[in-house]
Amino acid sequence: MTSFNAALVRADTPQLTRVINGYPITYLDSGATSLPPRAVIEAMSRHYELHHANVHRSVFQTASEATEAYEGARLAIAKFINAPGGAEEIVFTKNCTESFNLLARSWGRDNLKQGDVVLLSEMEHHANIVPWFQLRDMLGFEVRFIPVTDDFRLDLSNIDELMKGVKLLSVTGMSNVLGTINPIKELSAIAHKHGALIAVDAAQSVAHSVTDVKDLDVDFMCFSAHKMLGPTGIGIFWTRKEILRDMPPFLGGGGMIADVSVDGYTPANGPTRFEAGTPPIAEAAGLGAAVTYLTGLGMANIAQHEHDLTGDALTRLELEFSGRIRVIGPRDMTNRGGVISIDVDGVHPHDVAQMLDQFGVCVRPGHHCAKPLMKRFGLNATARISYGPYSLVRDTDMLLEALHSAIGMFG
Amino acid sequence: MAGLEDLYKEIIMDHYRSPRNRGELPTPPAVCTEGFNPLCGDQITVYIDVTDGVLKDIKITGQGCSISQSSSSLMSAAVKGKSLEQVQETIGTFKQLMTGHETALEDGGEPEKVDIRALGELAALQGVVKFPVRIKCAVLAWNTLSQALSELPS
Repeated sequence: MTSFNAALVRADTPQLTRVINGYPITYLDSGATSLPPRAVIEAMSRHYELHHANVHRSVFQTASEATEAYEGARLAIAKFINAPGGAEEIVFTKNCTESFNLLARSWGRDNLKQGDVVLLSEMEHHANIVPWFQLRDMLGFEVRFIPVTDDFRLDLSNIDELMKGVKLLSVTGMSNVLGTINPIKELSAIAHKHGALIAVDAAQSVAHSVTDVKDLDVDFMCFSAHKMLGPTGIGIFWTRKEILRDMPPFLGGGGMIADVSVDGYTPANGPTRFEAGTPPIAEAAGLGAAVTYLTGLGMANIAQHEHDLTGDALTRLELEFSGRIRVIGPRDMTNRGGVISIDVDGVHPHDVAQMLDQFGVCVRPGHHCAKPLMKRFGLNATARISYGPYSLVRDTDMLLEALHSAIGMFG
Repeated sequence: MAGLEDLYKEIIMDHYRSPRNRGELPTPPAVCTEGFNPLCGDQITVYIDVTDGVLKDIKITGQGCSISQSSSSLMSAAVKGKSLEQVQETIGTFKQLMTGHETALEDGGEPEKVDIRALGELAALQGVVKFPVRIKCAVLAWNTLSQALSELPS
């Protein structure tokens, strides 16, 4: 049973009681980081108050409680994304970016060589670009990009040609700038047809839609907890256990070994092989609580709610600011998530964001770590509005009022 | 609470809307240096023509927010025609204006007083200090000019 009421989600989120510059906060930056509900904050406090100890190995009571929380989060994530091999396929990292570095430095280093191709898209976040350039500079393979069409979708018209020589297709589930939701199932079929594997950057999509890696038939997935109502400092890497089994360790140290002697070491089996050092334990407890909370709301309900908010905002932006504000993203609500990038004619995004802050409205200016995409559309920056499960139509009301004021000031 | 009027003063908006010394200079004889703000994507190119120890001409191109663009315009007007010594002095005073508060916090003392009158129109930018995240916008042009000066053939 799931129930969804955004006003109640709002009531569960302590930060949304803030007053900024005399206005109740209007938080429209969930694409950068989401605001955790009380349940997540309390799970972390409770951990530090009562259950804190280092995980694994120790036999005393609190250590096994901490281990239970940590491993419980692994299992919760496995269920949340429907990992076919269960918790054994979930690796905890620092964030989504580290997950991509793990993919590149472990699987990539072992499987890519000169003559191979890694195919990305022009709408990728730097997290899914830079690790590949770094590895390319070491191994000499090619990094290629799927272009983006003028209506902000992946241009798949030439995909069979682009797939030539590709060992890995690595694309975002949802653009953090455009809001475009990519056809991952279709792309995985294309990748597999060409004998390639497919990785998905789910940083944006995982908190705003149902994620089922089995149904999507993908091979790798990376995302972070803090964009799904969880804490910062913990990210997730998933791959099928047949692939994970053969991946060499990435970071070395305590916790990731089976044995160490003066002659060398043997890595541990399973996900801990990739979790060197004391992991983010309290954060895992928080992540576990976030998954429980999101599951209770129902991911399909959240997706529908954000879809409605986005459609309403796009219509009103066009109605009230036609000719002055350009939306950098699809106007069509099919396969489109709750991220709206805008370009205000004559007002730089930084100035837009600064003026909106005067009304307590939080939006993000900048290139959003997607410089190739910015270049594609001839932009240096946009101001980005992004919704979360706690967003309400009244957030859009406040945004539009503040935008009128900002434009009025710049003339 | 810092008000927006502290940030978006009339002079700043004027320099943003009608930037002074916009354009390029032939290189050589001019020296050209590019500056980036990697966090926000702002970009600026400063061209300077220095003859006999005097900054004879300065031109600027680039893209950015009202603060970075007006700061570069105000800077160009303040340094054009000045001796290199005076230019360095102006750069020093401006940077002190921008970072005075921060330095004082680190030292635990009072911010050093900047002679606002000596800054002329540039003083309009002092409101930026109340918006710490925007200081990087205001100093981009100045850092780029410093860089250009250090690249002058000796």
